[in-house]
Amino acid sequence: MTIRSNSGAPLLEVRNLQRFFPIRRGLLRRVVGQVRAVDDISFHIDRGETLSLVGESGCGKTTTARCILRALKPTAGEVLFQTGAGEVVDTASLPKAALTPYRHQMQMIFQDPFSSLNPRMTVFDIIAEPLLASGIKNRDQRRARVENLLERVRLRPEFMQRYPHAFSGGQRQRIGIARALALNPSLIVADEPVSALDVSVQAQILNLLLDLQDELGLTYLFVAHDLSVVKHISDRVAVMYVGKIVEIAETDQLFKAPKHPYTEALLSAVPKPDPRLRSERIVLQGEVADPAHPPAGCYFHPRCAHAIDRCRSETPPLEEVLPGHRVACHRARELSLKGVDAPPSPHPQQLRTL
Amino acid sequence: MSKAKPPPTYESPFQSELDEATFATAAEERVSVATQWQLMWWRFRKHRLAMISAFVIIAFYLVALFADFLAYADPHKTEAFRSLIAPQPIHFFDEGRFSPHVFALVGKRDPRTFKRVYEPDPTQKVALRFFAEGYAYKFLGLFKTNRHLIGVEDGNAEELIFLLGTDQLGRDLWSRMMVACRLSLMIGLAGVALSLVLGVLLGGISGLYGGAIDTLIQRLIEILRSIPTIPLWMGLAAAMPRDWGVVQVYFAITVILSLIGWTDLARVVRGRFLALREEDFVLAAELAGVGQMRIILRHMAPSFLSHIIAATTLALPNMIISETALSFLGLGLRPPAVSWGVLLQDAQNIQTVAISPWLLSAAIPVVIVILAFNFLGDGLRDAADPYG
Repeated sequence: MTIRSNSGAPLLEVRNLQRFFPIRRGLLRRVVGQVRAVDDISFHIDRGETLSLVGESGCGKTTTARCILRALKPTAGEVLFQTGAGEVVDTASLPKAALTPYRHQMQMIFQDPFSSLNPRMTVFDIIAEPLLASGIKNRDQRRARVENLLERVRLRPEFMQRYPHAFSGGQRQRIGIARALALNPSLIVADEPVSALDVSVQAQILNLLLDLQDELGLTYLFVAHDLSVVKHISDRVAVMYVGKIVEIAETDQLFKAPKHPYTEALLSAVPKPDPRLRSERIVLQGEVADPAHPPAGCYFHPRCAHAIDRCRSETPPLEEVLPGHRVACHRARELSLKGVDAPPSPHPQQLRTL
Repeated sequence: MSKAKPPPTYESPFQSELDEATFATAAEERVSVATQWQLMWWRFRKHRLAMISAFVIIAFYLVALFADFLAYADPHKTEAFRSLIAPQPIHFFDEGRFSPHVFALVGKRDPRTFKRVYEPDPTQKVALRFFAEGYAYKFLGLFKTNRHLIGVEDGNAEELIFLLGTDQLGRDLWSRMMVACRLSLMIGLAGVALSLVLGVLLGGISGLYGGAIDTLIQRLIEILRSIPTIPLWMGLAAAMPRDWGVVQVYFAITVILSLIGWTDLARVVRGRFLALREEDFVLAAELAGVGQMRIILRHMAPSFLSHIIAATTLALPNMIISETALSFLGLGLRPPAVSWGVLLQDAQNIQTVAISPWLLSAAIPVVIVILAFNFLGDGLRDAADPYG
């Protein structure tokens, strides 16, 4: 399904990425604390691969996505991106102006198909804007490119004079995808691209993303909170909890044999189409930890059924327990957790008939 | 977009969803390709009160433009023998035929009070003429003429027609009200224009840069707004040299009014900037490498322009009423300038109100214009965000 390059460096490597938001109080707006939205995470994405970032809302997945695109400046850490020319740049440390030549190589697909398209611009202007910004002054040239892009996302080119309000949510999302593709990016960061859509439309958009990956050799960082969506499109999955990655593994491996109790709880919440397969749902006790005042030790311990004394005092490192399977849990090796032994992930062709 | 062209075929299993939007009716298609201004106009048109108000306001500004033409008597000419004449009705028909005329007035002394009273004499009919000659003025400030909408055949209109009566000094109130439109309505425009420049500039800076600059500007606005306006105006008006001419005072008043007026607009602009800065489409443009200037002009400005227009329309009546209030209190424009507030100065005591209530008529256009601006502003505000 994916085209993997054999060249050594991954397309994107994130090292010890941190992003804190200061909490300011009082008249002088003094900093009284930090919200540790993204707290020291590392991962990589190979060319042509899809990595999904999963977690509850507020766990820092969107912040991570925005830091990678430098919509937010990371507090610390490195975001190493392999450019088209083969060199590796650290987008986290480059000054904003120096980023411009690399901007077009990573693009974003937004969650909300309504607020992500300027309602006051025609579809043509929206999709052609990146082209214009990159210096294509010839209107006919832009027009041809927009037509091509609209066909790629399966929209009729005649629609380009329309305004976004004339389209449905799914169609708007296609326009957003076309805009992201306009500059031939190598990395697409998709921030929950289907969670605002109807379930029937979700499958169409996911299939479109898969088709585009095949056609254009794209690499996706796919942010989601819905594991069932993730399962169909990702090669690997990273689970985040309160700003940290707690588990990262190949999709099948993670679904079949999760090693972190939090992943197990998330998996138990995945709806199963077959009522006979309904398993016991693990309902987590308590609230998600406050990223401004995280608990000592493992952030998950107050809600964990398997917590021991060590979990309350010592932060577990992200360790490789199996090849390519890394977990941040002291008891990863001893626990046997329940995964989803549902039938293998349906082929995209099957998805379409959903 | 031609409908005849056969739809291209795609190897797509979800053709049906795509076709949904293809076969839109002509009316739907018209909406699909409509710009924001078209959508706003369509929505505004449905607001009946606002539409009527728009016409009323246009009419008022036309009056201001053609004030001298609509007046028939020199608004500055005083005559002790014509003081405090009551309004005089126009008779449109004379013995069944259309012939507008007024009855001539005969002045008499009341034997008991020795007051001069005027009584119409039905036997003396003064025929009114359209486009008659009267006092000389400069039409639109461009060329000299002496034509007026109404006048008398031969003789002096100032001595014969008193549609709204006269004031203490015998000046014709109708003519003065026409001319007053000019200053009262223009001071609103000038004041708002100045407020707009200050408001958009400071509000834009505040919203765009945030941080310390934002805090500074916001505190400044709060301080300015916490100053009681009437004492402030009184102080500033007292500081104005007595020997300033009408034009100088006029500009000074405009500046004083917009000193407070910009704060509202600055807040509107700042609020829009803050809201838009967080919009995904702005981030998308940033990520696409679009320059900041273009983001502001192409993405942000069109979204708050309509809000600014609505806010401006709602700020105008404040300006007009402030001018009227200031002039009424004797702090704003002073005679010989003619504005609604100056006219109302004559109606300050109970005596005038009891004996010559027509001096209060200058309040009527004030009320109408303020209401019309408020309704228009409401309509514009409702139409300002056609996507909301």
